Amino acid sequence: MKIVVCIKQVPERDARLRIAPDGKSVDTAGAATEINESDQYALEAGLRLAEKVGGEVVALLLGPDAAEEAIRRALAMGAARAIHLNAAAFQGGDASSTAKALAAAARQESADLVLTGLQSDDAGWSQTGVIVAELLGWPSATLIMEIEQPEGGRIKVKRELEAGWFQWITLPLPAVLTIQSGIYPVRYATLKGIMGAKKKEMKKAGPADVGIEAGQVGTAGRKVELKRLYVPEKTAEAEILRGDAATAAASLVERLQKEAKVL
Amino acid sequence: MGAIWAVTQTEKGEPRGVSYETIAGGQKLAAALGKPLEAVVLGAGVAGAAEKVAARKVERVRVIEDPKLDPYTPDPYTAALRFAVEAEKPDYILFPHTYQVRDWVPRLAAALDAGFISDVVDLRADGGEPVFVRQAYQGKLNADCAFTGAGPRLVSFQAGAFLADDAAKGDAAAEIVAQAVDLSGVEVRTEVLETFQEVENKVDLSRADVIVAVGRGIGKQENLGVVEELAAALGGQLAASRPVCDNEWLPMDRQIGSSGQTVAPRLYLAVGISGAIQHLVGMKNSGTIVAINKDANAPIFSIADYGIVGDLFEIVPALTAKVKEARGA
Repeated sequence: MKIVVCIKQVPERDARLRIAPDGKSVDTAGAATEINESDQYALEAGLRLAEKVGGEVVALLLGPDAAEEAIRRALAMGAARAIHLNAAAFQGGDASSTAKALAAAARQESADLVLTGLQSDDAGWSQTGVIVAELLGWPSATLIMEIEQPEGGRIKVKRELEAGWFQWITLPLPAVLTIQSGIYPVRYATLKGIMGAKKKEMKKAGPADVGIEAGQVGTAGRKVELKRLYVPEKTAEAEILRGDAATAAASLVERLQKEAKVL
Repeated sequence: MGAIWAVTQTEKGEPRGVSYETIAGGQKLAAALGKPLEAVVLGAGVAGAAEKVAARKVERVRVIEDPKLDPYTPDPYTAALRFAVEAEKPDYILFPHTYQVRDWVPRLAAALDAGFISDVVDLRADGGEPVFVRQAYQGKLNADCAFTGAGPRLVSFQAGAFLADDAAKGDAAAEIVAQAVDLSGVEVRTEVLETFQEVENKVDLSRADVIVAVGRGIGKQENLGVVEELAAALGGQLAASRPVCDNEWLPMDRQIGSSGQTVAPRLYLAVGISGAIQHLVGMKNSGTIVAINKDANAPIFSIADYGIVGDLFEIVPALTAKVKEARGA
């Protein structure tokens, strides 16, 4: 079974975000990064399935040179090889034009299954994986919390619905699944994995390499333009209680008793 | 001139509350652009839902009825709306940003080769060209987005971006029209086996008077003791944000937020929770909200009444001691 897992490199969760001078992007130079959280879970789900049924996991990432760090991590976790969609034409895309590039690469791989995280922690469109499915003409299911072994050309998965509800569904392969955070505990890269990753194949590809026109991807292919990125105005502000821990705790208890009257 | 469509979501033949939020957002967009607003109800056995929606101020309600639309699966939903859009050519198609919408509307966008601005929190028209505001980077930043090029434009609204009560009622019930679509050739590839609620050890946090919720800032499961002690001192329930449950530090039934429980206790303490929107929607109606976080810019401070910025491992034990003192324990 060939499983393609789409991953994205994003700023680390606690990273201080600096808005770039163009006012439309985050200045990522020197910022700590990680693999997008739900993509890490997608990778874990892919590796588990490949270990169970046999086959390989191919990591697929669209991003600049600096995103190689995320690819190395995916290879160290156990992906067999990686495809790095890395060309100026791919940059500045929206969910639609990014999905076009990813779908083109997945089509070339003749994958049985494509996994993505359910949404990215930076842009957070929660669209890309599902668009990839439509572009490939494959069925899709989102917010997956469990994957069973494929049987008779179909795969059985557990979807998360809202408010604590779940659903078991089946769909025919090939298919795209978007993975919800928490599906299985994510493995750490072992030292052996990290060493082994250096020998694994990491193929750099531009639009022509995956058989797509440059005008379809990145900024040229987008349908949504980001006009401005900014720190939101705070509508209300908490009263911040200062001083050392004991002083702040005492002020809080006093306010909870006298102002809020909840103690 | 094309219309604006507000696509509602029904559950057991009833419109979900978020459907009215979408209509409220649609009324705002319609007023800003001077375009007519229509509602769309799709499903099987949704005539009653359509009548309820028709009480709101919309030009008409288009009903797409087909047995293939129940239970929900992405293929027939995508096909049904695609056929309707191709026939009627609306300019804007609006949705509530629910889990179900995330499951099929990106497919629709791709099938129509349309742009889709998802999870929108506000909108405005700058000289006729509307700008949609959405959150990015876990709510730390806002992004103003606009559509480029032609084609239908798809937008989904975050829960609470508009209020259901603001969806104005019409002077008379709106006209209800059947929107015919032929789904006979549409293959339903997804088979639904079972829909269920995981009930074991279910803790009903919605009844709690005081909740101490813990987030990623706790670092690891072994550290939970400090917040457990605070919850005990306050006589409250322990709860968590999603990452804590994902890491299996606390069971899923302790989770507050869009994928967990929705609560409104008298007192809510958020410890080491940055305040991603998925968490905030589950607790923003709490009486008094206290946030303890090391990051002074964490979004949680913008909805909290009181905040302490600093190391939770120093603050929480100090707070537990003061609470015990105050309660005479």
